[in-house]
Amino acid sequence: MKIYDGKFIIAGLVAFIGLATFPIWSNIGKASPLPEPKLDTPAIQQMEQKQCVLTRDEMRTGHMRLLDEWRIEVVRNGGRIYTATDGKIYEMSLQNECMRCHSNKTRFCDACHSYVGLPNSTPYCWTCHIAPREKD
Amino acid sequence: MNFIMSLVAVLALVLTAFLGIEAAGLRTFFSMAVPYVAFTLFIAGTVYRVLAWASSPVPFRIPTTAGQQKTFPWIKRNRFDNPANKKEVLGRMILEVLLFRSLFRNTKAEIEKGPKLYYQWEKWLWVGGLALHYSFLVILLRHLRFFTEPVPFFVQALGGMDSFLQVGLPGIYISDSVFMLAVIYLLVRRLIIPTVRYISLPGDYFPLILMLAIGVTGILTRYFTRVDLLKVKQLALGLAKFQSSAPEQVGTIFYIHLLLVCTLIAYFPFSKLMHAGGIFLSPTRNLPNDSRIRRHVNPWDYPVEVQTYAEYEERFREKMIEAGLPVAKEIAAGGPAVYPLTKK
Ligand code: HEC
Ligand code: HEC
Ligand code: HEC
Repeated sequence: MKIYDGKFIIAGLVAFIGLATFPIWSNIGKASPLPEPKLDTPAIQQMEQKQCVLTRDEMRTGHMRLLDEWRIEVVRNGGRIYTATDGKIYEMSLQNECMRCHSNKTRFCDACHSYVGLPNSTPYCWTCHIAPREKD
Repeated sequence: MNFIMSLVAVLALVLTAFLGIEAAGLRTFFSMAVPYVAFTLFIAGTVYRVLAWASSPVPFRIPTTAGQQKTFPWIKRNRFDNPANKKEVLGRMILEVLLFRSLFRNTKAEIEKGPKLYYQWEKWLWVGGLALHYSFLVILLRHLRFFTEPVPFFVQALGGMDSFLQVGLPGIYISDSVFMLAVIYLLVRRLIIPTVRYISLPGDYFPLILMLAIGVTGILTRYFTRVDLLKVKQLALGLAKFQSSAPEQVGTIFYIHLLLVCTLIAYFPFSKLMHAGGIFLSPTRNLPNDSRIRRHVNPWDYPVEVQTYAEYEERFREKMIEAGLPVAKEIAAGGPAVYPLTKK
């Protein structure tokens, strides 16, 4: 089999394979451990039963939906009290509720978010809401 | 019929993934075997197709020309529709690949009462095609965030720009909406325009329906049923590093999405989607129209025995003269009798 214009064809194919296998060669020798969001804040350590607003699985996949729900409820409807499925009462607030327990934003929220490729200013929420002050 | 067949094929895929996960629990199969096989088919199939194309000779220039060829300096010529050298071909190819220029020239012919033939400027196909390809590109690049750690800056920035409308949480990606609209438009166009429908084969419907299904499952995973992205990324990185651990429970919808994407990738080299590679190898696009400027030698020419006229006459002079044909050189003295031409 004779290849016409072999120079260009081979160069093109090499470029194609290089691009297509980018995920493979760019990861060689890189460790990429799963992030471990830290739950060691004072507020959480004082809790008897370490429990978030929803179950852990629901929080993991759906915390942004919960925040959206809260935001809409507060900003549009003026409601501020959220009753969880287990009857616990929460104030619907990003700063005063979530961050009261998760006061370690950089080692909790950001740890996950940078792993899945959200910029650290994202959630962009922190351009208006005030992130808790962290010691370290 | 062609449409129904393609629809059934895609639904069968969805069902396969659904039953495979829900009923048979074949997680390892769907999250490891299928992606590797699909990726291998994609690479090997593409290389094979390109080499097969590259092995067919194109002895003559056969560019499609849709403009004035280069000629006298005072005649205005069209560089990109009738390129005369490699540089202009490069321009033509860039415009074609990045902007789908030949599709932009699309017109619609219609016979209306009269009867008169009308040509209309028809740009919707071009708009739809461009929207589909570019939103697909953005979506593809955004997915790199699952295959890289740390996520490169441009991938992050792309995601940020794509969701800058800040509608809802997780923020709606513009590319998702554009992609869905474009796919739906292209599919509906095939179905409702009778002439287009008439020439549509399963190979035309299947990729569209497949992409529609990929879009729907992707959107479901992101905005509605939600899956644990940490596990998804772990799986993706594991695949890239050839060290996947047995994947943990991730929502079934993700496996459906994955199987559909793998199908698209594996199907790519063997379908019309291969125009992505084919465009670079299209002789009607990538050749300069210089048939009259340069001498082109047939690459498979074998030596043909040729005879110049002088040799020919040398060989047949006597007979020619006998037959009364004009000859350039009379027979030399001492040879057979000379018959002057006029004598006849
Ligand atoms: C009362 C304290 C408290 C409040 C308020 C709270 N959390 Fe939590 N959160 C926890 C605890 C404790 C856990 C660990 C739960 C577990 O391990 O089961 C947790 C877990 C999580 C997780 C899952 C982390 C993981 O590793 O899977 C996310 C995400 C999360 N919280 C986000 C939020 C958000 C967003 C808010 C506000 C809407 C919020 N939390 C409010 C205490 C709280
Ligand atoms: C443009 C500035 C701005 C941005 C950006 C913003 N918010 Fe808010 N948010 C507000 C304001 C103002 C309120 C009203 C505060 C109040 O009434 O107590 C509010 C209220 C809320 C509330 C309920 C009240 C409270 O104390 O938290 C939630 C929850 C909330 N925002 C979540 C979010 C989330 C999540 C994001 C990021 C995705 C975000 N916000 C981004 C301005 C902003
Ligand atoms: C267990 C890991 C994890 C933790 C901990 C976590 N998040 Fe997230 N967060 C995610 C993932 C995954 C997404 C989805 C990203 C996506 O879909 O692109 C997300 C998305 C979000 C979004 C939507 C962003 C967007 O623009 O789409 C908000 C808002 C958010 N998280 C807020 C928080 C806050 C506030 C905290 C800390 C209290 C937190 N998250 C902690 C994993 C986490």
